[in-house]
Amino acid sequence: MDISSAPILSIVMFLPLVGAVIIGCLNPEAKDNARWVALWTTAVTFLVSLPIWFNFDDTTAGFQFVEGRSWLGVFEFKLGVDGISMMFVLLTTFLLPLCVISAWVVIQDRVKEFMIAFLVLETLMIGVFCALDLVLFYIFFEGGLIPMFLIIGVWGGPNRVYATFKFFLYTLLGSVLMLLALMAMYWYAGTTDIPTLMTTKFPADMQWWLWFAFLASFAVKLPMWPVHTWLPDAHVEAPTAGSVILAAILLKMGGYGLLRFSVPMFPLASESLAPFIFVLSIFAIIYTSLVALAQTDLKKLIAYSSVAHMGFVTMGIFTFSAEGVQGAIFQMVSHGIVSAGLFLSVGVLYDRMHTHEISVFGGLVNRMPIYAAIFMVFTMANVGLPGTSGFIGEFLTLLASFKVNTWVAFLATSGVIWSAVYALWVYRRVIFGELVKPALKTIQDLSYREIAILAPLVVLTILLGIYPAPVLDVAAVSVKKLVASYEASVGPANASVAP
Amino acid sequence: MQELTTYAPLLPEIVLAVGAMAILMFGVFYRADPGRDFASSVLAVIVLLAAAVLLVIAPDEREVLFDGGFVVDAFARFMKLLVLAGGALVLIMSFADLSRARLLSPEYAVLLLLAVLGMMLMVSAGDLIALFLAIELQSLALYVVAAIDRDRVRSSEAGLKYFVLGSLSSGMLLYGCSLIYGFTGSIEFSAIAEAAKGHTSLQNVGLTIGMVFLLVGLAFKISAVPFHMWTPDVYEGAPTPVTAFFAAAPKLAAMALLIRVLLTAFPDVAVQWQQIIVFLSIASMLLGAFAAIGQSNIKRLMAYSSIGHVGYALIGIAAGTEVGTQAVLIYLAIYLAMTVGAFACILSMRTEQGMVEEIDALAGLAKTKLPMAFVLAMIMFSMAGVPPLAGFFAKFYVFAAAIKSGLYALAVIGVLASVVAAYYYLRVVKIMFMDDGEVRFLPVDRGAGLVMTLSGLFVLLFIIVPIPLFDAALSAARSLPNLPGP
Repeated sequence: MDISSAPILSIVMFLPLVGAVIIGCLNPEAKDNARWVALWTTAVTFLVSLPIWFNFDDTTAGFQFVEGRSWLGVFEFKLGVDGISMMFVLLTTFLLPLCVISAWVVIQDRVKEFMIAFLVLETLMIGVFCALDLVLFYIFFEGGLIPMFLIIGVWGGPNRVYATFKFFLYTLLGSVLMLLALMAMYWYAGTTDIPTLMTTKFPADMQWWLWFAFLASFAVKLPMWPVHTWLPDAHVEAPTAGSVILAAILLKMGGYGLLRFSVPMFPLASESLAPFIFVLSIFAIIYTSLVALAQTDLKKLIAYSSVAHMGFVTMGIFTFSAEGVQGAIFQMVSHGIVSAGLFLSVGVLYDRMHTHEISVFGGLVNRMPIYAAIFMVFTMANVGLPGTSGFIGEFLTLLASFKVNTWVAFLATSGVIWSAVYALWVYRRVIFGELVKPALKTIQDLSYREIAILAPLVVLTILLGIYPAPVLDVAAVSVKKLVASYEASVGPANASVAP
Repeated sequence: MQELTTYAPLLPEIVLAVGAMAILMFGVFYRADPGRDFASSVLAVIVLLAAAVLLVIAPDEREVLFDGGFVVDAFARFMKLLVLAGGALVLIMSFADLSRARLLSPEYAVLLLLAVLGMMLMVSAGDLIALFLAIELQSLALYVVAAIDRDRVRSSEAGLKYFVLGSLSSGMLLYGCSLIYGFTGSIEFSAIAEAAKGHTSLQNVGLTIGMVFLLVGLAFKISAVPFHMWTPDVYEGAPTPVTAFFAAAPKLAAMALLIRVLLTAFPDVAVQWQQIIVFLSIASMLLGAFAAIGQSNIKRLMAYSSIGHVGYALIGIAAGTEVGTQAVLIYLAIYLAMTVGAFACILSMRTEQGMVEEIDALAGLAKTKLPMAFVLAMIMFSMAGVPPLAGFFAKFYVFAAAIKSGLYALAVIGVLASVVAAYYYLRVVKIMFMDDGEVRFLPVDRGAGLVMTLSGLFVLLFIIVPIPLFDAALSAARSLPNLPGP
């Protein structure tokens, strides 16, 4: 079968949009129809996206499945993936069917609109990871705000309006600066083609400005300390499926952006500002872990732990070594799976008790043994226990940072301990102990539907923990090229420091 | 004796003028006929479309009539088409509303056509006399239209306010014109530019003062801060269809005139006017963003929003380059599409008790009238400049032009203001989608529904084929003399 000639990225990208249009034509009363169409669309999208992985050539560092159409004069509609972005496309298509199933019963109000918002969001998210034109990237990156604004604001919790405004305005503020930067790049280089820009040498002082403008956008999205404060609010108020997408994919756009733009296009600025990023990463890892410890709300706790985990990602990227960048990519993929699992697990509790307060729960193991086991896997992966996917990414980034700066590695490692402290503490309070609270006496264990959502995530968490090669191998060559071109442009100044 | 064919470039304007008079006669002769009002409006739409068709089929050349007083080039054609489209769309969407309010009359149609005629002449004005006459023709018609609902105090007040402040600005404009004439000895734009070239800088001081007065007068017409004070009151007081017309057409014409005057008459004092435009732009963007936050009346909100949009469009003029002019034209075209759509939605905010103008009345609209809520939400997101909607491309191009001309501070202030402005656009979306309300609107009129649909489709699907508009705007921008890039 020759599918290499088919524009597979466009197909994967626009399938969800087609599904959204179909749902738009349905009768709003027939809620089940909207759900089934959404499920089928996302499932088919996932299946269609699998050939991207099978046919992916992990021996070349260039972009694959490239397709380009003229669109807006100099700005082209150009798509393609390399080892860095491919995994995120698959992560997106893999998680979306799970999100649809998780929203099956919970979302009863305006089902049709909910599913449309999700499918449009999927198109935009895939677009972010596939876009090979800077303007196109920006359109997808920013366009995702509209469906997400509605998902949090319409189907969220009691304080949803505040949370969704904060999310929208924070993110917009960051990205408009990136917009100006990309225009400056366009006038300098005469193109917004990403592969060409990667080989363009921007003057050093210009790199500084561009680097900061891009960082403004990615730091908010990732989020990095101290611009992370929108994330806990957004997570607490978002419906479960929204939280999953937010944590698993939208946050990764920030890390992806740093890898795709900041490091390869502005190597000089990246090199001189790496210490700055290290400081922010350390703050993220230690400070937000401590903040997580003080939380009384399960979702907030996971949100803060996400910020801490993203600290490892930024730290890994700015070591500019193969291990560090690989570790960062792996950490993002792993966090995508684990945080999705954690938010879905919290969603299970929320569906039963309609709260995420930690103090409401306790002793759940007595009535929910399957749930306790699954939640245990995700908690351990969140801590970074060897044998789970969480370990690989943290280990690799710590290894890389140890080579660069022992103190950074030392402080970051202490973050692993803090994450164990809050994760185990919350696990004990929610799961273990006597089941004394009267409201919990009749709580039910997982339904088959819930097991069906969580099982694939559990399997992946453990599988990638034991055998991380699929993710690492795919990324290896692209990362090597990234590091090599970085070292080439930073040049001899760095060579004298390196051992 | 010139041959009649030399007046061919004037044909669209002639059609408008003759059409206006014909409708006036028609109204007088068929005074008793109950279908008179409706028929006269339909005729007006047909006249507008006929003028548009004549513009489209006209040869794509630069034509100059009346010793430089009347210029038709690609730029003029582009802007005239926008003005005509604005006028026609506003008329189409407001038939039903006007006839309910007993405002639909031949007089209304005639005044509207005359205003459009004035705007078309503004776009083509090539000397100071034509400039002033065209502006006055447009303004006088608009003063009356603003007060057309003469039994309502607010409408009369709006008309009077507009008239008093408008006359003041016309006075300044005229004073500026006379200064310019006095210091250059010429009224024709290109001759003014020529004269300024041979002058010493001291003589150009007088020219600069004249230009500042001229700019003030025009800034009033486009309602740029600090000459915007009339806008919220007139927008709120005038009947909604009239407000829609105010928001759509006159601003485009005044912007076009501003561009032509600055680029053709004052290229040698560009440094001076660029400072003024930058100031107007920053002030308009900031005021448009911050003052709209506290508004509870949707027409006032749209007034401040339009002030903000003028600020963004001015960025392109400040750039002064071909890219900048192209960006302004793109901005104005997209602004027009969004504005008529927004006002079609506002016209549909109608209950059994009459029109509602409170933003809070939109609460829960997503549950009762999803299509309208969806269109309005998309227009709001588009006005906020969120991709992939049309409004993003409008902002994208003006900011790109600013960056290219090195106006970094202006661009940064602009994007930051757009984030503030996003707040109040989002608030409208929030009220429709996230609040619960009891207000039930009556079914949408057919005309308003049509304009709403067209505008919604434009905003959503613009991303698919953006090229035709960009190319048209580019060739329009090329037909003007442009400043050299930095």
